[in-house]
Amino acid sequence: MIKYVWLVPLFPLVGFTINGLFGVRYIKNRAHWIAVPALGLAWLTAILVFIDVLHGHTGEVTLWDWIVTPDVHVRVAFWVDQLTAVMLMVVTTLSFFIHVYSIGYMGHDPGYPRYFTYLNMFVFFMLILVLGSSYLLLFVGWEGVGLCSYLLIGFWYERESAWKAGMKAFITNRVGDAFFVIGMFILWYYLGSLDFKEVFEKAHMLSPEIVTIATLCLFMGATGKSAQIPLYVWLPDAMEGPTPVSALIHAATMVTSGVYMVARSNVLYNMAPFSLEVVAVIGCLTAFFAGTIGTSQFDLKRVLAYSTVSQLGYMFLGCGVGAYAAGVFHLMTHAFFKGLLFLSAGSVMHAMSDVLDMRLMGNLKKYMPITAATFIVGGLALSGIPPFAGFWSKDEILHHTFETGHYFLWFLGTLAAGITAYYTFRAIFMTFFGKERIPEEIKHHLHESPKVMTIPLIVLAIGSATVGFFGLKSSSGESFFAGFLAPVMHHVHGTEHVVEHAAEHAVHVPASVLIAISVAVGLTGILIAYLVHMKRFIDPEKLVKKTWMIHRVLYRKYYVDELYFALFINRTLDLAFVSWKFDQFIIDGIVNGASYLTRFLAWVTRYCTEPFVVDGAVNGASYVVDLTARVLRRLQTGVVSNYMLFVAMGLFGLFSIYVFARFF
Amino acid sequence: MIPLSHILIYSFLMFAIGLFGALARRNVFIVLMGIELMLNAVNIAFVGFSSHLGNIAGQIMPIFVITVAAGEAAVGLAIVVAIFRNRLTVNIDSFNLLKW
Amino acid sequence: MGSAQVFFYIFAGLSLLFSLLVVTRRNPVHSAICLIITFFFMAGVFVLLKAELLAAVQVLVYAGGVVGLMLYVIMLVKADEASQVKQSLGQMVVAAFVALLLFLQLGAVAYIYFSGKGAGAAVAEAIRYGGNTEGIGALLYTKYLFPFEVASVLLLAAMVGAIVLAKNRLER
Repeated sequence: MIKYVWLVPLFPLVGFTINGLFGVRYIKNRAHWIAVPALGLAWLTAILVFIDVLHGHTGEVTLWDWIVTPDVHVRVAFWVDQLTAVMLMVVTTLSFFIHVYSIGYMGHDPGYPRYFTYLNMFVFFMLILVLGSSYLLLFVGWEGVGLCSYLLIGFWYERESAWKAGMKAFITNRVGDAFFVIGMFILWYYLGSLDFKEVFEKAHMLSPEIVTIATLCLFMGATGKSAQIPLYVWLPDAMEGPTPVSALIHAATMVTSGVYMVARSNVLYNMAPFSLEVVAVIGCLTAFFAGTIGTSQFDLKRVLAYSTVSQLGYMFLGCGVGAYAAGVFHLMTHAFFKGLLFLSAGSVMHAMSDVLDMRLMGNLKKYMPITAATFIVGGLALSGIPPFAGFWSKDEILHHTFETGHYFLWFLGTLAAGITAYYTFRAIFMTFFGKERIPEEIKHHLHESPKVMTIPLIVLAIGSATVGFFGLKSSSGESFFAGFLAPVMHHVHGTEHVVEHAAEHAVHVPASVLIAISVAVGLTGILIAYLVHMKRFIDPEKLVKKTWMIHRVLYRKYYVDELYFALFINRTLDLAFVSWKFDQFIIDGIVNGASYLTRFLAWVTRYCTEPFVVDGAVNGASYVVDLTARVLRRLQTGVVSNYMLFVAMGLFGLFSIYVFARFF
Repeated sequence: MIPLSHILIYSFLMFAIGLFGALARRNVFIVLMGIELMLNAVNIAFVGFSSHLGNIAGQIMPIFVITVAAGEAAVGLAIVVAIFRNRLTVNIDSFNLLKW
Repeated sequence: MGSAQVFFYIFAGLSLLFSLLVVTRRNPVHSAICLIITFFFMAGVFVLLKAELLAAVQVLVYAGGVVGLMLYVIMLVKADEASQVKQSLGQMVVAAFVALLLFLQLGAVAYIYFSGKGAGAAVAEAIRYGGNTEGIGALLYTKYLFPFEVASVLLLAAMVGAIVLAKNRLER
């Protein structure tokens, strides 16, 4: 079946082409008839491919030669191995159910066909990204999903906040992409190829410094795409887009491409321990940093957005300490529960007439029991409470962090887990429990969402509850998941010692203790949220007033956006302004000046040179001729003897010449 | 023997006199006579050379010169007659239709 | 100085004198008469130079024919009475100057180049032919036949031309 893996991206490609060309005019409200089956077929094909990989088959499927020159040979080919299979399943499963959900959510939107076009296009590019057999093809997908993200964030483009958010996302991504491209150039320059197979085989030829630089550049691209420090700023604003988009792109799939890329490049990162440290540190800091912001937000989707940034940090932390499989595992579980949380939030929004402010909600469980139940399931998974999925993956990451001797990072990560649990349940309590603060006009429309929306919620809830069990440890001491991915995570000769070295000097704490600590931390977070927001032991408003400075910093997201504006954006606008003025005065000045000069020269020519010089020359010539003629005319006397005289004179002259010639 | 140089000087002197007459006089007949004198001067030169070089061919040329001179005198005088009919004068200064 | 030379000087000198008179007389008839006399003396010089035929032709054709023709025309035009044409002094001076210049130049050449050469060897040549006339005739009708014929045509043309030019236009 791997031979036919190209069918998987083909279905969404066909879907988006048909919807794109004919959707607005002809298909309109029936666009889902094209888009959803396309995804369904892609999902089924992906399952078949996955089964094939489960049996241990891997392979490369070449489609065609793209660039063929003596120096460069690039093929369009798909590489299928265990990592690809995992990503394939995550992407297609989440995409399919979110497409189904969208039928209900976007049903009344005038841009219905456009929405499904973009959504299918996104899935197509995401599949290219995960299937690509070279960095170049990965980058094609990378750029493509960035484009779709922009299109979908700014879906309601008439709204100023929406298109601004789209621009912010695209430009921030671009900064990261620039670094990614540099990284690719470095690899290509030294290795002559961007194919994964060739790069990973020849990687040992590179010096550690080159690999470090290349991997850091690639990681910078990942910070843009996967919303880490410093390029995470676009993700919270991306909530302007439709909620299913937030679920699919900004929770489950696109933002995980950075993690996928790092996992795929494990050979390179293993050669550059410095880069790995950078990855781990940034991931952990982001996880903590974003978590703290999430505690202060009132917009339900904002809380989830910062939560996503935070969880992505965990994934990078996992990769950074060498536990790539753990990072990818968390990617998978996060896709399920974060996707679920977003869809539930969308359900809430749908019922609340698009109001997202949690201060206007409360006790929604009465009106939307299914949504509330699924949201709580997602919340438990996010908080890392067993037996839900999040526990297994988050714990594995923290375990490996501790095992490799990164004690401070482990501490920070565990703390962040507690904070995660806190803000998650703060959101749950504020939204679904407690006093009803809902305004009257909204209450009238308050109802549970239609089945087309609730069924995907239930499916994802089941997933959030169960996929964690892949993390169970098999007899070899490794989780099933890690064992499955092991063939992909090669250890390059000579770099194994880095990981093992750290492991040797580690304090040996039994795994059970660590598990207990993380569960305890999670439960503590929930408890604090319960006490503060439900039981009101500490009144949240009083708390905010007392710690207003800290709260202000958190609420304003550490003023990072303001900082970026001042440092970069306004300086760029200044440069644009200067260029504009330059163009206006100097360039236009030169052009206008040239025209003035020409007109002046014309005036001079007309009034000065022409009457005096040109006419002078012409008249002068005629005057000279006249003068000469007047003089020479006198020769023609008409008197014959004069002529004879001239003849005689001429004769004399000729004879003189002869005499001189002959006798001298 | 008559020195050749004397003959030539005689010839050239007559030529000069004839030239003067042709250039300086107003009367068309005198002009024609001056031309005849010039031609004759040439004859003398020819004959002088012929005598000096001992070649009779030098006397053939004067025969032709005389012939041509006669013909030219005839035509010239016919022209004078024709002009006289119109202008009733023989002052060559008045034959000035070629004046600008 | 041989007698030939003396006679040469006499004849040459007189012909020059009379040629001067030719160009200086006011009355064209006087000029014509002087011209005839000049020709006669020139014929004398020819004889001295052993060109007897030429002398005879000179007297017959030139002195007789040409000058005679001139006299007829002078009479026809009544130029003898109307010979009061104003001479322009300037013209005379310039012409005299130019003539003098030319004579000096030619004379100088003649004197420098040709001095010391004698003239008179034609006698032997003429004896060969049996006389001057026979000699000229012999050459004229053999070697110079073509120019001779051309000269005839020329005379014919001159004749016709003269008649056409001088014809009275009124008779048609």
